[in-house]
Amino acid sequence: MKIGVYTCHCGSNIAAKVDCEHVAEWASDLEGVEISRDYSFMCSSLGQELIQEDIQKLGLDRVVVASCSPHMHEPTFRGACQRAGMNPYLCEMSNIREHASWVHEDRGEATDKAKALIAASVSRVRYHEPLFPKQAPVNDATLVVGGGVAGIQAALEIANAGYRVYLVEREPSVGGHMAQLDKTFPTLDCSACILTPKMFEAGNHENITLLTYSEVEKVSGYIGNFTAKIRVRARSIDEVLCTGCGLCEEKCPVRIVDDVFEAGLGRRKAVYRPFPQAVPKYPVIDREHCTYFLKGKCRLCEKVCPTQAIDYEQQDRVLEVEVGNIIVATGYDAFDARRIPQYGYGRYPNVFSALEFERMTNAAGPTTGKVLLRDGVSVPKSVAIIHCVGSRDVRYREHCSRVCCMYSLKFAHLVLEKLPGADVYNFYIDIRTPGKDYEEFYHRLLEEGTKFIRGRAASVSDATLGEEEEGKLIVTGEDTLIGEQRRVPVDMVVLSTGLEPRHDSHNVARTFSISCSREGFFKEKHPKLDPIATMTDGVFIAGCAQGPRDIPDTVAQGSAAAARVLSIIGKGQVEIEAAIAEVNALTCVGCQMCIGSCPYNAIDFLEDRMVAEVNEALCKGCGTCVAACLSKSITLHHFTDEQLVAQMMGAMDTLFALEPVPMEA
Amino acid sequence: MTEINKEPKIIGFLCNWCSYAGADGAGMARRKYPPNIKIIRVPCSGRVSPELVMRTFMQGADGVMVLGCHIGDCHYSDGNHRTAKRFPVFHRFMDYMGIDRGRLRIQWVSASEGLLFAEVVTEFTESLRNLPPMRGQLKSLQRHTIAEEIQG
Repeated sequence: MKIGVYTCHCGSNIAAKVDCEHVAEWASDLEGVEISRDYSFMCSSLGQELIQEDIQKLGLDRVVVASCSPHMHEPTFRGACQRAGMNPYLCEMSNIREHASWVHEDRGEATDKAKALIAASVSRVRYHEPLFPKQAPVNDATLVVGGGVAGIQAALEIANAGYRVYLVEREPSVGGHMAQLDKTFPTLDCSACILTPKMFEAGNHENITLLTYSEVEKVSGYIGNFTAKIRVRARSIDEVLCTGCGLCEEKCPVRIVDDVFEAGLGRRKAVYRPFPQAVPKYPVIDREHCTYFLKGKCRLCEKVCPTQAIDYEQQDRVLEVEVGNIIVATGYDAFDARRIPQYGYGRYPNVFSALEFERMTNAAGPTTGKVLLRDGVSVPKSVAIIHCVGSRDVRYREHCSRVCCMYSLKFAHLVLEKLPGADVYNFYIDIRTPGKDYEEFYHRLLEEGTKFIRGRAASVSDATLGEEEEGKLIVTGEDTLIGEQRRVPVDMVVLSTGLEPRHDSHNVARTFSISCSREGFFKEKHPKLDPIATMTDGVFIAGCAQGPRDIPDTVAQGSAAAARVLSIIGKGQVEIEAAIAEVNALTCVGCQMCIGSCPYNAIDFLEDRMVAEVNEALCKGCGTCVAACLSKSITLHHFTDEQLVAQMMGAMDTLFALEPVPMEA
Repeated sequence: MTEINKEPKIIGFLCNWCSYAGADGAGMARRKYPPNIKIIRVPCSGRVSPELVMRTFMQGADGVMVLGCHIGDCHYSDGNHRTAKRFPVFHRFMDYMGIDRGRLRIQWVSASEGLLFAEVVTEFTESLRNLPPMRGQLKSLQRHTIAEEIQG
């Protein structure tokens, strides 16, 4: 056996805490080690060539690279070995960066730990066996979950390339939050005007199967070959007959507060389309509020429908679709300002949330674009906009929501545009304008006459201190630039509520086998270099589901996710993990303990021979069957008992060998 | 007087998808913790057989950590359910062998919980400093308990 050991300095990332030269020299004495080198950047092309040359010239048959996490560079070094003609599974990595140099202060300790980790890998790699991944064809259809701008963008990119897309949206129409907005910063484009063409295209594209009012219930399979179960909720409308004329909506006698699209500011009917440009054009009957479904009477919509499209008997359908890749773009929830009682949202009528204000300034909204107090008549003369509501606050959400500064500036601009001469106050902590033309927009606002008060607003109340404050809302807070408490009486308060993960993001994450960050945003494979992929191959994320971001970034991510999917479709084949379980039929006693332990029902019991057998297509390589097997007859390739015990022993033996000899007292 | 174990030797079996990534996260955030733990990557905490843990103790490890995804978050849907069921039984075997239950730690650490990982490792390392070195106990382990049983 000829093992090559390569210790990476990673610039100073490792070398600052681990004496790499010493470690490399020390490792050359380990059993089986033919050559041990250290190099500044093993992942560089020169570093990889070093390995390739050694494999070819020295005839190495095992390689250990001591550098960063295998999550980072295992594919890199496996690739280098493969190029030199070695089976990639004969390469092993020691993680001496994330697990040593970055987490330990003492250079001696970190160096000793690196030695133990490398010795463990050298000991393990001796038991590695060549493995050969199988190829599986890729289904060229894609499931896009979430019909906001991210999902629409991704779906269009893939559909335009000529492949089938299933676009699933929970609400009755696609559009997401962007459809609710009035203007977009900093260009002040009309949000609906730039989104509607994309919505229309997604709804009418020959390659897009649009499933609104639907949710994905279950996903099984693996990259290239997923099966998704989608519940299409009953609209109570026959989509073949419905022309989208809107008569049913017009005549429906029920009026309820629309908490979703109108953010609670407006009302809708029981049979409704969330907004006039909704895609698809078909309304839905909200069975929780429809008089017929509640009391068994009414059926007015049925009477007025000119095409007999109302179908009260319609049932939910469950579709099963087969796709090769999945893009999850489920968006965000707006922070519920009721959680901060001192701002009085929900108690004082004239405290508005950001989404309410968006709907208010929208010409298609409940006030037809007029800025009005809650009574629907009075015009405010002064407006306070409070930034960072729920954001940048360890009591609620620690993160910065990234868009609130900019939309607050936009609000200030819109108030001044619609109510010239009004007093507009921005209570801000910092103004954050990272984006193209954003800082310029801020400067424009400074010139327009908005008053900026630096400091987190402490409270909003109606406790007045004199006649001039009568009937007003008093915003208090410290102006930290002048070091004084301020009391600002205003007619209207707008709370710039932050972006938070969807309330059910953890459940959605489980459905798609992806993970969430601490707050509940979906976790990307790598925060810098792979923000689109997840730990589950074939499942990608885009938009605010991954973290707060503005529209251009969201659109870019939608396209990026589509590009990733298209590259997999283009390749046509995926490699199926070779590290799967295998039963030794000679020693298996047929107890079937493994069958009960397998999460995938991937083990069959062969009745004729009374032994278990692993179904290679279903096995994902978790290894729970190995731990359950009573007769030690199951091997999980690449994580065999021998390999793990050897790795453990390599570490333990080194630890004892490095222990200082106790001094005699 | 019990011998003080200045530097307990710990082997950690970490599932690839959550806990190993969590340990990587601790590294990326430069969260400091004692160097005593040496991490071995396994696909799933469900892969860690009791025999593997026992073998690790017999090699002289003062502590063993088995870390996996939170229940419900398992990359292999419910591989970690097996871990959760298996190790309470194994604790009883540890009693039989005369190994302190405190030497084995089962914990769920997600990929985003680098801070939790650093805290758990620090706390576990400290707790092991109060126990005598495992290696000195190995020979007396089984004989001791069997002798006790005969007497009792």
